[in-house]
Amino acid sequence: MLFTSYEFLAFLVVLFVIYYLIPKKFQWMLLLVASYLFYLVAGIGYIFYIIATTLSTYLASFKINQLQERQVNYIKENKETLSREERKEYKAAMKKKQKTWLILCLLFNFGILAVLKYTDFVIANMNALLDIFSVGTKLPFLRFALPLGISFYTFQTMGYIIDVYREKYTYEKNVFRLALFVSFFPQLIQGPISRFDDLKKTLFDEHSYDAKNISFGLQRILWGYFKKLVIADRLLIAVNTIVGNPEDYQGVFVLVGMFFYAIELYCDFTGGIDIVIGIAQVLGIHVEENFIRPYFSKSITEYWRRWHITLGTWFKDYMFYPISVSKSMLELSKKCRKWFGNEIGKRIPVYVASIVVWFTTGIWHGAAWNFIVWGLLNCLVILVSQECTPLYLKFHKRFHVADKLWYRIFQIGRTFWLMSFLRTLDCYRDVSTTFRMYGTIVTKHNYYELFQGGLMNLGLSVAEYILLLICVTLILIVSLLQRSGSVREKLAAKPMWVRYTVYFALFLAILLFGAYGVGYDSSQFIYSQF
Amino acid sequence: MDTLLEILRGLHPEVDYENCETLIDDKIIDSFDIVTLISDISDEFDITIPVEEIKPENFNSAKAIYAMIERLKEEE
Amino acid sequence: MKKKILINVAAICVAILILMFIQRLLMPKYMTEIPEGNLVEEYYDEVKKHDVIFIGDCEVFSNVSPITLWENYGITSYIRGSAQQLIWQSYYLLEETLAYEKPDVVVYNVLAMKYNEPQKEAYNRLTLDGMKLSKSKIGAIKASMMKDEVFITYLFPILRYHSRWSDLTQEDFKYVFKKDTLSHNGYLMRIDTKPVHIIPKGKKLPNYQFGENSYYYLEKMTKLCKDNDIELLLIKSPSVYPYWYEEWDEQMVNFAKENNLTYINFLEVVDEIGIDYSTDTFDGGLHLNLSGAEKFSLYLGKILSETFGVPDQRDNAEMKKIWDEKVDFYYAMKADQEREMAEYGYLKSYGAQAQQMEAE
Repeated sequence: MLFTSYEFLAFLVVLFVIYYLIPKKFQWMLLLVASYLFYLVAGIGYIFYIIATTLSTYLASFKINQLQERQVNYIKENKETLSREERKEYKAAMKKKQKTWLILCLLFNFGILAVLKYTDFVIANMNALLDIFSVGTKLPFLRFALPLGISFYTFQTMGYIIDVYREKYTYEKNVFRLALFVSFFPQLIQGPISRFDDLKKTLFDEHSYDAKNISFGLQRILWGYFKKLVIADRLLIAVNTIVGNPEDYQGVFVLVGMFFYAIELYCDFTGGIDIVIGIAQVLGIHVEENFIRPYFSKSITEYWRRWHITLGTWFKDYMFYPISVSKSMLELSKKCRKWFGNEIGKRIPVYVASIVVWFTTGIWHGAAWNFIVWGLLNCLVILVSQECTPLYLKFHKRFHVADKLWYRIFQIGRTFWLMSFLRTLDCYRDVSTTFRMYGTIVTKHNYYELFQGGLMNLGLSVAEYILLLICVTLILIVSLLQRSGSVREKLAAKPMWVRYTVYFALFLAILLFGAYGVGYDSSQFIYSQF
Repeated sequence: MDTLLEILRGLHPEVDYENCETLIDDKIIDSFDIVTLISDISDEFDITIPVEEIKPENFNSAKAIYAMIERLKEEE
Repeated sequence: MKKKILINVAAICVAILILMFIQRLLMPKYMTEIPEGNLVEEYYDEVKKHDVIFIGDCEVFSNVSPITLWENYGITSYIRGSAQQLIWQSYYLLEETLAYEKPDVVVYNVLAMKYNEPQKEAYNRLTLDGMKLSKSKIGAIKASMMKDEVFITYLFPILRYHSRWSDLTQEDFKYVFKKDTLSHNGYLMRIDTKPVHIIPKGKKLPNYQFGENSYYYLEKMTKLCKDNDIELLLIKSPSVYPYWYEEWDEQMVNFAKENNLTYINFLEVVDEIGIDYSTDTFDGGLHLNLSGAEKFSLYLGKILSETFGVPDQRDNAEMKKIWDEKVDFYYAMKADQEREMAEYGYLKSYGAQAQQMEAE
């Protein structure tokens, strides 16, 4: 079910009503049923994958916990008799057994993901290689269909099993509760990727009808649909026109496409997350934020702390740190310090880990080279800006501009355009086309076309541009307001007629101006194939 | 403790490590710093810092870092 | 607490009223362009006492003049027609009509037998949006929906027409509460002329058999009339396009024979009717103009009166009163159209684009 479908809205209404009518202790079970129903609608066959992930993780977590308990008990019982050496040896052996279960679980689940998602990509590249060596045969594509949300729920669940192994918290004894954590339906389409200890705080609780939660949640859902239907789906028309016809839209239009895509993706993604968090809030469940006004970032590192936050922290905790502070990495670093000097040696962990993480981040977004290039380019920019830190420090010591408003605006603008530039790799069908289009920005001098009505050839009318301008300004104002505190709280303090007018106006705006129905291409959330 | 402070100053010389208790919370030290820090510390103090130890409580102040180092040395 | 509930209920009521107003505003009014869109809706204001009901597509609403039938034979009739009305839509419209009244005769134009499946969303809207909500309407919607249509958008047309926010015209505001009557008991008058030049023979088809779905609804219609003691008259209206194949005609002849119905192909008697395709059509043979419609109605009226025994209601005081008004309206519009022809050379305010689109 798409978020923007009548069926989904009906599903939500029915769910909300039943949720608050049934005895509270059954609420989480209702959510489990609802999540599986939601999943079944996406395709009956896919449910086996999510069940496989749930059961394999449950088994592994059970086994790991069993070994952990045995370890603790054994050491307690034999406190007197064990020498320090023996204790250390025993711990290491037990840890190794636990690690085996962990590895099996990770291999199995990441394996499923890898095979389903990347087989055809590998085949395509092998075919390219075969071409280079003029071998006649071509391998056929297997065209696996991706189960809904597999990239999200696999990562979320693997984070859980790693945490259990690391003894961050104890495993979930109830397999059905685990199943709900894995399949919680609002998160299936575009995340966020939650941590078990965070979600657990409210996911399994008994929730009484709370007018504030429900009101705030509904407001958030409305806001999400507003961004999604009024702005994102409308801009998508123009973006698709530009990137779908690279021969006809070059030069300044590449920049226009870049700019529109920046807004479109922001509204689509944050709008979708608003809907997710809003739904959870109506249910009394707290889901972590995934965005914090990312386009206000002043640097690329700050941007990646504010955009798709849960993916970033997932990679940091489960890939970046494990790789960069592993024994083998530190040894490698030591060796490099010896051979190449301290400066190079000490950079090795960060560099190697960063490249691996960004390569993986890229490929997580899609099984294609343009995503890999995008990931690695992000990595490059981050590492370069890291290296330039001493230069920046010198600059700021000399010129005291850091807290000047115009400088901060400059930084924001610079980051915005840099990220928009990189993000364009998402759009065109392959890397070479993207770079070719980048080239035309400088080579093709058609800026005058903007003033000769060029914008009218993108599928949007004047009225729609005016509408977009008003709506984007509205979002900007709301974001600025948000910096000093929750907008919904501020709204709650206003008199009733003000609040009701705002809610109704928002609802009406979605109803009237939403780019849905006959005449508009129905578009999925961009991340829903993950 | 002094060795530790030396290492820390090597990362960000301008920070007052003696008194600051929000190195992580205020994003004074980022993830790259942590990695470099761990690399240097494990070299200097000859200990292994496992990934599980990378949490704000252990890195928010020089004191906290030192306490972690002592604890890990004990357990070895 | 009670106060709070009351305020909330009031707020919801206000919201609903505003939404209803906005929905009315956004729905196309069909006053100057595509007046066919209003045909279905205009029926509900009628005093529902008609002895003959016509159903079908533009070959009934353009070719039959109920006023001529009244003036010459005292026949009270109504044309429940619409643009490219598909046979299942005809069935459900008939079913709905029979919930209001019981005519003696129902006349159905069989051209639509050629359409076995739903055709175009736009035409669905022209026929269905005007229907009042009823079981028949729901049946019609379900039978008509194209693949990407959604049922709820028929219950709440604002979901379909919301995109007109940037296309609103003066007309939308002027007619938001009440619309003028455009038809004469379902007949759309056109006095202009565009002669037929050539009548080419239709292209050869791979298959001439009418579809199962079409027959299903034709049989349903037959049964509905039988069960209600109504005579069903099947006709092929004397429009020259779309081409009416021999093989199709044969099937209708057979069907009528098998089901004890009368089927008349009026294309075979155009000379008797006196239709002259150089003066009696306004779009080169697709539809008759006023002159042609009156000739056809005169001929058809005789059959209805003599063969089917449709009573002459001219001495019924109630009917006379109602129909005198209609006659006045009819001739007033005729005069107005003549004025426009004289002033502009074409009918400025009587557009009929849907019919032209159909031809394409």
